[in-house]
Amino acid sequence: MNFVISDLLPVLPEVFVLTMACAILIADLMIRQSGRMVTYLLVQLTLLGCSLIIVGTHENGVVYAFHNMFVDDAMSDVLKLLTCLALSMMLVYSRLYLTARGLFTGEFMVLVLFALLGMMVMISANNFLTLYLGLELLSLSLYTIVALQRDSSSAIEAATKYFVLGSLASCLLLYGMSMLYGATGSLELGAVAHAIQTGAADKNLQVFGLVFVVCGLAFKLGVVPFHMWVPDVYQGAPTAITMLIGSAPKLAAFAFAARILVEGLQDLVQHWSGMLIILAVASMALGNFSAIAQTNLKRMFAYSTITHMGFLLLGLLSGSIEGYGASMFYAVVYALMSLGAFGMILLLSRADGFEADTLDDFKGLSRRSPWLAFLMLLLMFSMAGVPPTVGFYAKFSVLSAVVHAGHIWLAVAAVIFSLIGAFYYLRIVKLMYFDAPESHAPITYGQDTALLMSANGLGVLVLGLLPNALMSACAASVQQSLLLH
Amino acid sequence: MHESNLLSLLIFLPVLGAAVIGFAPRNDDWTRRIALAFSLLVFVVSLPLWFNFDTASHEMQFVTRVPWIPAFNVNYAVGVDGISVLLVLLTTLITPMCVLCSWKAIDTRVKEYMIAILIMEAALIGVFVSLDLVLFYVFWEAELIPMLLIIGVWGGQRRVYAALKFFLYTMAGSLPMLVAILALYFTGGETFDIQELSKGSYSSTFQFWVFWAFFLGFAIKVPMFPFHTWLPDAHVEAPTAGSVMLASVMLKLGTYGFLRFSLPITPDASHDFAPVILSLSLIAIIWGSYMALVQTDLKKLVAYSSVGHMGFVTLGIFVFNSEGIEGAILQMVNHGITTGALFLMVGMLYERTHSRLISDCGGLRMTVPIYVTLLAIFSFASFGLPGTNSFVGEFLVLVGSFKSSLLAGAIAIGGVVLTVAYMLWMLQRVVWGESTRKDDVVVTDLNGREIATLVPLLVLVFWIGFNPQPFLDRVRASVEHLVTDVSAIRGAKNIEGLNDAVLPPMRELKPQHAAAANPVAVNRTSADACRALPCQIANWDRKQTL
Repeated sequence: MNFVISDLLPVLPEVFVLTMACAILIADLMIRQSGRMVTYLLVQLTLLGCSLIIVGTHENGVVYAFHNMFVDDAMSDVLKLLTCLALSMMLVYSRLYLTARGLFTGEFMVLVLFALLGMMVMISANNFLTLYLGLELLSLSLYTIVALQRDSSSAIEAATKYFVLGSLASCLLLYGMSMLYGATGSLELGAVAHAIQTGAADKNLQVFGLVFVVCGLAFKLGVVPFHMWVPDVYQGAPTAITMLIGSAPKLAAFAFAARILVEGLQDLVQHWSGMLIILAVASMALGNFSAIAQTNLKRMFAYSTITHMGFLLLGLLSGSIEGYGASMFYAVVYALMSLGAFGMILLLSRADGFEADTLDDFKGLSRRSPWLAFLMLLLMFSMAGVPPTVGFYAKFSVLSAVVHAGHIWLAVAAVIFSLIGAFYYLRIVKLMYFDAPESHAPITYGQDTALLMSANGLGVLVLGLLPNALMSACAASVQQSLLLH
Repeated sequence: MHESNLLSLLIFLPVLGAAVIGFAPRNDDWTRRIALAFSLLVFVVSLPLWFNFDTASHEMQFVTRVPWIPAFNVNYAVGVDGISVLLVLLTTLITPMCVLCSWKAIDTRVKEYMIAILIMEAALIGVFVSLDLVLFYVFWEAELIPMLLIIGVWGGQRRVYAALKFFLYTMAGSLPMLVAILALYFTGGETFDIQELSKGSYSSTFQFWVFWAFFLGFAIKVPMFPFHTWLPDAHVEAPTAGSVMLASVMLKLGTYGFLRFSLPITPDASHDFAPVILSLSLIAIIWGSYMALVQTDLKKLVAYSSVGHMGFVTLGIFVFNSEGIEGAILQMVNHGITTGALFLMVGMLYERTHSRLISDCGGLRMTVPIYVTLLAIFSFASFGLPGTNSFVGEFLVLVGSFKSSLLAGAIAIGGVVLTVAYMLWMLQRVVWGESTRKDDVVVTDLNGREIATLVPLLVLVFWIGFNPQPFLDRVRASVEHLVTDVSAIRGAKNIEGLNDAVLPPMRELKPQHAAAANPVAVNRTSADACRALPCQIANWDRKQTL
């Protein structure tokens, strides 16, 4: 393999993040716990710098690097930017929470940067190996982060479950990839697509490999019937870390699915779209019904995530470029709502170790803090897909793709499930507005958190009133990036 | 089609008002005043809709069209025609009353309450003026949120149950509609423009599914029998202003939807299933009236009377002639006025007795002359005493239904009799009946604010009652266009076939059926029919438009 210097430009953001992660790892050794803010600011600066580099190195068209192992296109730039934004928001939301629980450490922040690197590699991968490496880097960082709270048995349990099931999923994925490699003779997505298109590859082997790849994907996305880890990990992990798992990685997971299924296996669409239909319907059904029964908010959001991932699959399975754009829009909107919802739990949790993670903790919030209750109301209606919030347009664009693909019954099933879903989001509104508060403890939060929370909640509304920019950005970037072979 | 930003102003002024209240410091008195000022301002701003409305045109007027989501070809498009103009005015008229009637009744979280009322006004106006399906759907759903909060936060004993039932029931109806909207988008040439979609013709299978998907959404909203069970709960538990808003404006969304979407977009399916809708309407009239007859709770009585009255509206719509539809639109406005007034009056009584039971409110006699007089007038108006507004509307609907089917008309007449029965009986019990009220509860007469709330409605009752012409003028062009449009697609033959097959036609009027495609001829027959009856609407001369 020859190394070409021009290959470095597309990977500059990744190189920057890696360098900074290593530098911060060393620098942090010399910082006392009381000066941890410095590390925090350095990480935030890294995220900002990374975003600037992404914007600065943006080029129209698709750039391949390292012998087509790596691709830099519009979709990857948009998703990487949003991933940086999501992680930055996550850090702001969780700073006080983590400080109070002794988790505000250098390791945590460095691991976040490594997770970011993993996500960025996943988003830009153009080869089965790069995809897998990115995924593993992300997963290993997340397993470790979940286990950071060493004295909490639930966190350790969550980490173990996450690790065991996650490894199993990686095995399935790797197995499927190896079959596809055997069938097509290449690991590069473009070459795989070409081999399938020309009919040079063994059909049975392809589909067999595809099944394993889809199973692995389903595990990572957390859709039924591969969802078992989601509720336990969401509930067991400290809330700030649940927020980390539940927001930015969903963007990477979308990119991962789009790269493999659309760029690599587009010609097997009739096979995988059938599989995704089963996964999507099962997720929407089980996710919504189980969420109703939950009393723990984090567990409820876990099931709601399963449902949302089912919706995200709806866009993919429609097999059209609009559908992929809709899925990407859905992933972005979901990340935004999920950040807000978990942010609210963090905001209401207190320094003395109190966790606002049961439904009852939201009782009478509108009397304790009308503004926070209003923001949560917006977020909940957005999750339920009620206009004029942005969640409606996410569902709308996905449903539109499904209807266009001719799966009317699937659209009907999806709306019926979202009606069931509306019930448990509405229950939170009910608790906040219709019930009397159980606790009158003052809500204390930092100015930065409050500001971000307001921006996040209002963002859901403003994007709902003016959804065009984000919608077209997603559609355009997908259009420029996918299906070019 | 003349351009104007008036309608956008009507939508955004209440939102501005809500924002002002939201950012102003918490002071209940000033909050009430600001809310009243903004709602009155919106009403004043809406008046050009009455004066500058071109009655000769069926085209959309006061149109604004701005691209909103180009990715989906969605426009921010608003406009009014004869079908919606009166409903917009009704909304702007009712909102100040809702603010006024909550002046004393709401004393907790006044700020949030007034914000909810104003946001709801904006959303309701938005529904009536939207010319784009996505915009329509957004307003249609958005209006649920403030209503949910109004019922759930400021409601009565079982408010949580009623609020959740209201929300989920309505959402269950509107979600299938969303799928239908998307299907229409792809079938109708990738547009959400309501007028464009109305011009298209669709296969009968497609119409079947779209019709029923829309039907579910609208029927729950109206509410038609058997989807009405959320209504008594929501009405009874809501605070007075919530009930008024719900009865006067929100129920009209469903019937408006039938006129705006079902009839023009799915004319074949509307005709094919008209017998089902007519039967459900008749059941609603009879069932609602019977249920009202047995209620011991005043508010529930008025709530069930709504079911019956809205049955008249759907009846008028689905006979597909201009009398029926004109009557239906007028009846939508009338119901908004009279039922709104009745809910206001029940609320005022409740503030004094703290009970909604008829027995607890009974035996007022002449201790409260103003209250009793007004209650009597609005009750009479509710059952359609000649000289009041409902008479004109119900009469037109009855003419329309008799033209379509003798049986339907006859059953509807039976419903009118029942309406008279329960209203008079209610009045008798409240005014002269036995009272179980505790002695220390003193019922005082209405104060100035309460009278001021009711007077505009009182004026309208008699204005429409004695001189309905200005109102019908505004409606006519659009209705005739709608009727011709629908019949042109179907052909007059099919309408007759329908009548013969399902409902026994009225022999005397049968020759006129062939003329259904010709609105002028239809018009003349109805004018003749009116003159044949001794009614107080002598100045109601339809010839002037011919």
